[in-house]
Amino acid sequence: MSDATLTQSSGGGPPKISNISEAVIRIAGNSQDGIQAIGGFLARLAGRSEQEVMTFMTIPSTISGGPSIFQVRIGSGEVLSAGDDADVLLAFYQHSYEDHINSLKKGGIVLYDSDHVEPKPEFQKDYHHLGIPISGLTVEAIGGTAKDKGKNIFALGLVAKMFDLNVPKLEKLIGERFSGKDTSILNNALAAFHAGYSHSLGNVLDTFKFVDSQHKEGQQVVMNGNEALAYGLIAAGVRFGAGYPITPWSDVMEILRRELPKYGGTFVQCEDEIASISMALGAGFSGRVAVTGSSGPGISLKTEGLGWGVMAEVPLIICDIQRGGPSTGMPTSVEQSDLNIACFGGHGDSPRVVVAPANVEDCFYIAIEAVNIARKYNVPVLILSDQAIATRIEAFTEPNLEKVCQDISPDLTPVPDYKAYDLSAPTGVTQKVVPGTRVLSGKYSIATGLEHDEYGHPTGSPKLHMQMTAKRRKKLQTLAATLPTPKVYGPPEGNVLLVGWGSTEGPIREAVDRARAAGDSVSSIHIRHVNPLPPGLENIFSGFNHILVVEMNDEGLYGFGQLGGLLRARFCDPKIRGITKTDGLTWKVREILERAKSNVAAGLRKM
Amino acid sequence: MSEIKTEIPNRTAGNILSVSAPALPTEERKGLTKKELAADQPTWCPGCGDFSVLALYFKLIEKRKMWHEKITTVAGIGCSSRFPYFVQAHGAHYIHGRALPFASGISLSRPDLHVFAFGGDGDAFSIGGNHFNHTARKNIKMTYVVMDNWVYGLTKKQTSPTSPLGFKSKTDTWGAVDYPINPMKQAIAAGATFVARTTHSNPNHVLQMMEAAMDHDGFSFVECLSECVEFYEGAFDASNPRKGGVFNVVSPSHNVTDELAAYKLADEAFPGYFGIFYKVNKPTKNTKEIAINTSAMEKVKGLKDWQILQKSFDRLK
Repeated sequence: MSDATLTQSSGGGPPKISNISEAVIRIAGNSQDGIQAIGGFLARLAGRSEQEVMTFMTIPSTISGGPSIFQVRIGSGEVLSAGDDADVLLAFYQHSYEDHINSLKKGGIVLYDSDHVEPKPEFQKDYHHLGIPISGLTVEAIGGTAKDKGKNIFALGLVAKMFDLNVPKLEKLIGERFSGKDTSILNNALAAFHAGYSHSLGNVLDTFKFVDSQHKEGQQVVMNGNEALAYGLIAAGVRFGAGYPITPWSDVMEILRRELPKYGGTFVQCEDEIASISMALGAGFSGRVAVTGSSGPGISLKTEGLGWGVMAEVPLIICDIQRGGPSTGMPTSVEQSDLNIACFGGHGDSPRVVVAPANVEDCFYIAIEAVNIARKYNVPVLILSDQAIATRIEAFTEPNLEKVCQDISPDLTPVPDYKAYDLSAPTGVTQKVVPGTRVLSGKYSIATGLEHDEYGHPTGSPKLHMQMTAKRRKKLQTLAATLPTPKVYGPPEGNVLLVGWGSTEGPIREAVDRARAAGDSVSSIHIRHVNPLPPGLENIFSGFNHILVVEMNDEGLYGFGQLGGLLRARFCDPKIRGITKTDGLTWKVREILERAKSNVAAGLRKM
Repeated sequence: MSEIKTEIPNRTAGNILSVSAPALPTEERKGLTKKELAADQPTWCPGCGDFSVLALYFKLIEKRKMWHEKITTVAGIGCSSRFPYFVQAHGAHYIHGRALPFASGISLSRPDLHVFAFGGDGDAFSIGGNHFNHTARKNIKMTYVVMDNWVYGLTKKQTSPTSPLGFKSKTDTWGAVDYPINPMKQAIAAGATFVARTTHSNPNHVLQMMEAAMDHDGFSFVECLSECVEFYEGAFDASNPRKGGVFNVVSPSHNVTDELAAYKLADEAFPGYFGIFYKVNKPTKNTKEIAINTSAMEKVKGLKDWQILQKSFDRLK
């Protein structure tokens, strides 16, 4: 919502309808109140209305209950982040009200459940207050049997009224959500929705109407990052996986376990993380590009298996849905602190591929790219997602599934001879032959973790160890040469270049837009291929005075985040500095801009 | 050599789990000889019991006319785990203790292959102990032969999980103090559906057990005593008639489906009994997953993969 529309609230008189191009709605309650459901409905509705949407949620790591928020930003134009400040706060409890009122823009609207919230006088002058006995009215609407159930849907009705949302579409969404359940549940939900919708908001407020958004090519799908990742793996042809439950990775394995059987595939829940990577490698060895995954602690446990995959040259996909670390850390908070373990974790020289999706849509496509890299180069590929991208919902243009879906079944056509570790190719890449394939020479290779000769038999030869180490490295150098140079967002030369990776692409771009609008010379690039790095970065860097690497991790002993350290090691460029944070929350656009400004000022002093 | 056509498991035809074993090559093939099966010269010490297990594995392949490409030999880390290098067939030498989940990945994704896992007592019962339990309880189809020598040999004489109390090793110079694991009890308790015991000094019996294990539809476990002549010489003399011991076979009257009777048999003091202790037929994980897939695929019958995915995406609009 643009600042202008909100602050021009009617000072008495009949409420009027204001046109807006976007709005940020923050819903605050407890984790069992179904606030994610309201957010989900709003996001899905936006997707069906060709609007852009991005959500942000926090959930407690407790087993049940605890404060939780869900923020939705809906826009008729481009939506790059979940929004720094909310236009509307929907507060269910006193703690929701007190803890989140500061997230509202000055002049924003707080809609609160007056059965639970006692508004504070000191907040009255800055924010429009609107108290509605949500709990009581819900009970009135649907009967008192279900204590707190239904008030989320009642609140959805209020929001629908306030923003003049499309009621038939919302009814349809509610119908889909509760289909297959007892019809009385659906009827209650619809009753609660209409009670909310028809409740008079009084004349204190304007209502709002989204301006029509640009027509989008094709239909939009709405999902979160974990869903996009799981479906991307299926589209890529992955038909086998193994994993162990851990937050926030579990959704991916749950989807794969549920969906793969339809495609004739399977996902195995293993006894532990080590068994999971081992089982996936076993399937990879036998010709299936298999997936395993985890979050922080589980990735630590998988590193020995990962090293075997590198040594034995077996394709594998490892998803790491990063969370706050180290150790058990902050299971439901976001952090980008697994870059180092992804790129370097494990003993010995073990080059592997690391890619990081930039947004929810990219989770889908990067899964396909990762699978194809793993197959072609016979190497483990890590997909570094994170808690924020995993749980946030976005709408994106539906992929052309007929075109992108691929069949990667193993080819068992007999071969005349086969050296699993053939040294003759200068690229280091060997075409893989899998069990079940007859080798006419009668010589069969062994997949092994010991240093080996070309047939995979153990060797202590210094020469072979050098050659094989080089082979494993050369494969990645071959891959690196094929990677696209990231596109600069904004002019290709200027004062400040923000460098991001993973889930931070949106807020960084919005920061660039905002800075440029204010007359500052700021551009950005986003790195999807973390290891190996794409070519051409030095040329981009040479066009800027300050290269600031924006990451959600610690500044480390020497003042750089994990990608920052990697880029400095790679390019030896003192212009590269870091902007990092470890609060477990996604970047606000404002934070990036403020930190960039002070970093540039400090950098200039040092220059 | 004439072009050999084998039927390739065709994923687009459906279930990756239910690929029937591809048809044998049209060309008449003789059983493989030891010469065709032997790869590297084993690196074991002269006199090691593992030689006999390897020789009998060759014999099994020869006798049952299995082909190179249909056998997959998997091992973890240890002296005995060097096994795959000595067999001319597809194989993998995986990391310490994790051979079973690795082999499970093969078994569950490639039903056309015979999966054999070999390992030692450290691999099976120490570092890989939990995998042993879970592979057994899931009843994943494969044959697992543990060459039990009661000692860590590759690292030169440390106490193993099966070392008897009092065994003097480099890590227990005064004699082992920790109670040893009884592999047979462990296997029965974990839910293995085929549990047998044999010893390297009785080759005919080893072959018999391996063959019965291979024919079992499920997780088949064979403990094969395999003497380490270097670090635990004479450990199994009491089971070897040539060394003055006794080789007691399981009585034909033993009911192999009786779990308690099997447990009792496993409780006998060394040298105990040799033969099949326990064998029951239970659906394997492999067949259970096929059933899940069959019913899931029935609902999307006739649809191409992308169309199935399209249906999921249609619900996300």
